[in-house]
Amino acid sequence: MAADTSLLPSLVEEFVSGLQDNKAKEVATGVTEGKFAILQLVEALEESLTSSQPQTRARGIQLLSEVLNRCHGNLTEREVEVLIAFYENRLKDHYVVTSSVLQGLGALSKCKMLPPGSAVSMLRSLFQDVHVQSLMLAERSCVYNMLINLMETREAELKGLGSDFVFGFVQSMDGERDPRNLLLAFQIAKNIIYRGYDLGKFTEELFEVTGCYFPIDFTPPPNDPHRITKEELIEALRAVLTGTPKFAEFLLPLLIEKIDSDVQSAKLDSLQTLAACVTHYEHKDLAEYLDGLWTSLRREVFQTSSEKIESAGLAALTALTSCVSSSVLSSESEDVLSSFLDLVLRDCKHHLSEPDLKLVWPSAKLLQAACSASIRASHIVTSAAMPSLIEQYSNRTQCSQRRTLLEVMLRFLQSVKTSQSPDNDESVFVSMRESLCSTVFSALSENNSSLQITATSMLTSLAQQTGLLLDSDVDVAVDHLIRLLLIEDDDCVSLAVVESARALAQLHPDIFISKLIPRLKTELFSEPMDQDKNRAASGQHSHHAVRQRCLSALAAVSVQPSIVLESTPVLLEVLNSAHTGSISFSVEEVVSTCHSLQKIAEQVEDTVETGLCFHVTVLPRLFSLALQGALQGEKSSGGRSPLLDEQVLSAMVSVVSTSCSRLQPMLAAETAKKVVSLFLDADVSLLPDNSFPSQIQLLKGESWSQSQMVCLLMGCVCSLPRSVEVPQMNRLLSQLEEMSCTCSHHLSFTSAAKCFSGLVNKHPQGEALDSLIQSTLKTVCGELDSTSSTVRTQAFTLLIWVAKALLLRYHPVSATLTDKLFSLLNDSDLGPMAADGFSLLMCDSEDVLNRRCHADIRIMYRQRFFSENSAKLVQGFNAAPQEKKSNYLKALSNIVNQLPKQVQITELPALLTLLLEALSCPDQGVQLSTLSCLEPVLIDPPPAIIQQLEALVSRLLALISSPAMKVKIVSLRCVHALSQFPTHEILPFRARVIRALAQPLDDKKRLVRREAVRARGEWFLVGSPGGR
Amino acid sequence: MSAGSRLENANPVIFQRSGERRLTAAEEEENVDDPIDDREIFDLIRTINDPEHPLSLEELNVVEQIRVQINDAESIVGIEFTPTIPHCSMATLIGLSIKVKLLRSLPNRFKIDVHITPGTHASEDAVNKQLADKERVAAALENSSLLEVVNQCLTNRNI
Repeated sequence: MAADTSLLPSLVEEFVSGLQDNKAKEVATGVTEGKFAILQLVEALEESLTSSQPQTRARGIQLLSEVLNRCHGNLTEREVEVLIAFYENRLKDHYVVTSSVLQGLGALSKCKMLPPGSAVSMLRSLFQDVHVQSLMLAERSCVYNMLINLMETREAELKGLGSDFVFGFVQSMDGERDPRNLLLAFQIAKNIIYRGYDLGKFTEELFEVTGCYFPIDFTPPPNDPHRITKEELIEALRAVLTGTPKFAEFLLPLLIEKIDSDVQSAKLDSLQTLAACVTHYEHKDLAEYLDGLWTSLRREVFQTSSEKIESAGLAALTALTSCVSSSVLSSESEDVLSSFLDLVLRDCKHHLSEPDLKLVWPSAKLLQAACSASIRASHIVTSAAMPSLIEQYSNRTQCSQRRTLLEVMLRFLQSVKTSQSPDNDESVFVSMRESLCSTVFSALSENNSSLQITATSMLTSLAQQTGLLLDSDVDVAVDHLIRLLLIEDDDCVSLAVVESARALAQLHPDIFISKLIPRLKTELFSEPMDQDKNRAASGQHSHHAVRQRCLSALAAVSVQPSIVLESTPVLLEVLNSAHTGSISFSVEEVVSTCHSLQKIAEQVEDTVETGLCFHVTVLPRLFSLALQGALQGEKSSGGRSPLLDEQVLSAMVSVVSTSCSRLQPMLAAETAKKVVSLFLDADVSLLPDNSFPSQIQLLKGESWSQSQMVCLLMGCVCSLPRSVEVPQMNRLLSQLEEMSCTCSHHLSFTSAAKCFSGLVNKHPQGEALDSLIQSTLKTVCGELDSTSSTVRTQAFTLLIWVAKALLLRYHPVSATLTDKLFSLLNDSDLGPMAADGFSLLMCDSEDVLNRRCHADIRIMYRQRFFSENSAKLVQGFNAAPQEKKSNYLKALSNIVNQLPKQVQITELPALLTLLLEALSCPDQGVQLSTLSCLEPVLIDPPPAIIQQLEALVSRLLALISSPAMKVKIVSLRCVHALSQFPTHEILPFRARVIRALAQPLDDKKRLVRREAVRARGEWFLVGSPGGR
Repeated sequence: MSAGSRLENANPVIFQRSGERRLTAAEEEENVDDPIDDREIFDLIRTINDPEHPLSLEELNVVEQIRVQINDAESIVGIEFTPTIPHCSMATLIGLSIKVKLLRSLPNRFKIDVHITPGTHASEDAVNKQLADKERVAAALENSSLLEVVNQCLTNRNI
């Protein structure tokens, strides 16, 4: 204790006279640890606090304040009371001590043990003795923080101060300029408003002192450490200004004035603030400004050239209308909503009868914005606007006018949709139901594609609102859709028709089952010659197109299980007929049929019903047809089944894979079991008809037509959810491995390798997996290392797929495999293939090892792969002989291409030299893939690129005259992207680039000229007035 | 566009935009020559912005594909443009924008002639004469405030 009593004065001495700031910390530690009491500290400070030198007094108080700041939690109520009294008194002292005094008060304001009444007395003395705006930045911030602290803990006491508190605050912040402090001040103002402090007669003062910052104009200095953004300030200020209806009479005139500003951001801010404030207002708050506000909004929407401002204006109008809508109707006063909407209609409605002119759209948008505000507004606006639109539609004859009218009507239909409430779901449009329907049907029968497209969207909107389409109307609508589907050649129309059919089928499945599906079926199975015998070729073509449309429509409408049960048999029937040849279908049509089946499996709800449909009917039929095709393939040489075609098979794989991954895991497991025993044991119990020979050996067969069926096996077993176990795993794996290393048919061995890798990827971790990989690795490396081997390509394919499977799941052995791949870049035969293999490693694969197939994929495996291997690649490149270097460059660009952009930007500086090298590599493939990986990076260039601008520009300009069209196009795009770089960096290149771009303007290919024109146009604008 | 200034023609007639040119198989073929045709020229000028409205010249029907004459072999291009109203004070500026756009976008072997559709503007001859005079066009582009307006007309708007 004796030591302590001598320690404290010496610490104080060192701090006050010795000016050693770190002693404050030691004292504070002492106080926290209980070595000395705060009272002892005050006693020890006696001399300095009573000194006649203000600097010494300041130093003394500073020590006390710093200690308080560190240990305000340990003070007793009594101590706090004494300290507050002391500090309040010190506020009257010399100005040099004020800073420390405020710090101390700030610390005390954080105390939990604040005695009652002390908050009020602190504030009174503060407001009385200190002029906040003549303080320094940090001291002002201290005052604001103190207010915030007290508002958090002593709300009731502060409210007892009445409007004096508000007045004190207004005086304190009046004239504040620092953005950091403004954020604090806005927070206090917001608290005052939202927590119900009494504003008294100072409402206007509080508004003035904050409103004077509106609209915020602030550009943070470069490298600002505080990271305060303009948006933050805007949000904070908006919360204050829009917080209370009491501000309405001051805020609204200000907004009307600022909406008219020449500065776009001020306009935008004003419109957004308007939308935000009226949500808290009632009609009486804005009654007298309604006319003015409407005039401003109308002017902005009518005249603006910026979409942002237009949509902000429309949003403000919606908010305004919904505010007016919620006012209570009383019998004696006028209906404010209808008189406001009268105003809107008066100014806008007449423009709707001039569908050719510019103002038709702004007017329609304004009306629709008002319309979407409330149900009453919808009623008033639509009943005023729609009848004349419908009438005009029937009277006008020009297609462009009718289309505009129809689109305006469509937007009205869509804009009321949001204001429907569940209990009163009758549509606003019920009264015009009939005329709307007849308008849509007449537009559907027009011979103009844009009218037809708009009409189909309108049909969808009508169907989605209750009571607008009766069953009889849906009947007519389906007839129209079928007709358009069958006769309309325009792709956009058929796309729109199919979409509309999808929406309607969701709501009225029965009508689609009874009408659309039978009709499409007849159409699919009609022979082309039935229709036009004369024009064989064109007839063939159009018949093909009709079939394609029917197939995509069948897929689109199959959104309900009941429809799926009807549509899938039709599609299976198509496959069957194609196989038997009873009706001829082209390969393309068969592929589309499979795609339709796949789409259905993908979109339909996963129920037992649909699961059974796919696992019991569709998949067995597919396997059976494919097997029939494969067996027949050997016997008959003339009429080969289209099901043997590679495209058809891979389309079938996607059907199998989607159903197994998505529908009913239990049923999928059953299917998988049967499929595996079909392939391993020739067990045909899966297949619906039992006419197959018993000695089929699909995994060992010599004929390609049978061996390629392994891809269907892959589709099934590799897409099962990970919870489902694959039966006979080990036998399956060993047979697949053997097949992939011995078979000579490309599709067969590739599929076997993929299937193998898909299983390895999901194989549980453990010894079994490790030994499996080791033995595979041994086989593969054995083949690869013997240059005389005939199956090196096969071994390489297996290697790369297994490498991918292991890379995705972060298996430790994957590094060994990728090292093997790197070493193959130097191989004389397999080098180019290995380089391409890296893109396979990095890309998502279509049919296996993707997330849809429930593969084990760790996040960011690409980044990991890149960071582990980029150095090896660079090393390999430097060490490689000249003729092999292009393999490395290609591998590099394949990898970099697939990296997420964020990583590309951070990694690019290290690789830039190599990529620039790749640009001057004569191999067009390397050029192209490097350019395509540079192009996205150039849009947001990292500083490293800007430093290499000279090299980049010269190489790109050299590639512009490449003989290959694609290289020219992408390099021109890159040159175009360069034009968006900071002007001062690229200005020196302007003349040179513009000169170089003159030549491709006269290229023989239009696509090249187009890119050249775009790039050159942008470069002309660089550094030119009005440009950039 | 400040609130004080009134537009000469606040509510003009709007025409439909033609879509993107359809890509043909021949255009993707490396060895086929695609001659410069009227649609290509039209595509160059249809997206030019009107100096007053947030609309393109195509939407205001100031330029039309049928008013584009092109002879690729002889390197001649002729454009007629139609001001929205006969007293349009912007006619010269629009003509200049079209001319500049073509100068920047076509190979320099072309002779470019831009003039007003006969009978659609009050001071047709004067404007045509200005646009045909190489020296005056060059001088106009030396004027930075004029160049600024032209550049704004040629800036891509993201619609």
